[in-house]
Amino acid sequence: MIVAVASGKGGTGKTTVSTSLALVAAEKGKVCFLDCDVEEPNAHIILKPRLSGQEAVRVRVPVIEQERCTLCGRCADVCAFHALVVLPQEVMVFSPMCHGCGGCWHLCPAGAIHPGWREIGQMEEGECGKIRFVHGRLKVGEAMSPPLIRAVKQRAQAGALNIVDAPPGTSCPVVAAVEGADFCLLVTEPTPFGLHDLELAWEMVSQLGIPCGVVVNRSDGRDEPVEEFCRTRNLPLLMRLPLDRDVARGYARGIPPIAVHPAWKGHFRELLHAISERAGLKCAKS
Amino acid sequence: MKVAICAQGTHLDAPMDLRFGRCPYFVVADPQTGEWEHVPNPGPGAAGGAGIQAAQLMIKLKVDAVITGRLGPNAMEVLKKAGIKVYEGTVGTVRQNLEAYRQNRLPLLTQPNAPGGHKP
Repeated sequence: MIVAVASGKGGTGKTTVSTSLALVAAEKGKVCFLDCDVEEPNAHIILKPRLSGQEAVRVRVPVIEQERCTLCGRCADVCAFHALVVLPQEVMVFSPMCHGCGGCWHLCPAGAIHPGWREIGQMEEGECGKIRFVHGRLKVGEAMSPPLIRAVKQRAQAGALNIVDAPPGTSCPVVAAVEGADFCLLVTEPTPFGLHDLELAWEMVSQLGIPCGVVVNRSDGRDEPVEEFCRTRNLPLLMRLPLDRDVARGYARGIPPIAVHPAWKGHFRELLHAISERAGLKCAKS
Repeated sequence: MKVAICAQGTHLDAPMDLRFGRCPYFVVADPQTGEWEHVPNPGPGAAGGAGIQAAQLMIKLKVDAVITGRLGPNAMEVLKKAGIKVYEGTVGTVRQNLEAYRQNRLPLLTQPNAPGGHKP
């Protein structure tokens, strides 16, 4: 089973929730943690894995054999991302623009283009206790993260609870992280910003047809707008974590809330139970 | 001799557009004969690589020079390799900038003067 943790707004507590969920689940079964927030992975700060493997993640880019090229311009015409330019004497490649679709090398009438590689980041993996841990690190300045996110997700283990920590937002990287999950947790905070972005995230997950539920983090007891939102969308509110100074203090030192308040483990056990009951049920589109 | 001027409209009296990749039109003129035509720029609709696409258009149109306000690094690299000169125009009409070019009053641009645009 794959459970994705997303939020829309950044800083609502995705990693807090996903790491605690992993730690609690690992007490009973096999868990694989996949940190797909590859632009700023940080779950390792809480889970402290022992990393044993590293692998470069690469994408396909065109390589032009200039001596075979007839400068016909077919490659630049088919490139939807303007990664190729036909000059009077050669073809120029702007690799960072390339999405690796392969149109140019498949359609070049002169057979003058072959696929090469471009590294976009690194994948690292290891163990933290009983949890299998994988994360991606996108190169600084690199714009294209989905291929790295998909590479991390390929490490999901059959028969394990795979927890995907998604990046914030609702665009391609988040879609790449959440796609294919059996369930998606949407973590929000009781602020107008949290609610606004929760709605965006919910719309995105609904379009993907993934069943989802809401977690309110840093609840101050005034969660009515979130409750109202969940009620009208028929969206289950699965867990509420109270605003707690000790938890914040622990988090600031990389300590998960369930280590600060062992009693909170009960919340996460209930959350796990609720997820496994709902995963696989189709999400009702509005 | 052909010069492409970034334009907000389709004729000589349209205001010049300071953007290269995302200006809606190019007015392509012959400074000697005064003949001109307008060409729509495919760039404004592009998600990314607008400057590269516009530079490719310049090559296809076989222009000798471009008059623009700002140019990013990718477009500059393409135009340089294609041997197309870039001149920095100023706020005003296409006609005024063409006239300034004719009188050699526009500075030649050899380095990009804008950051790279929207990345994919």
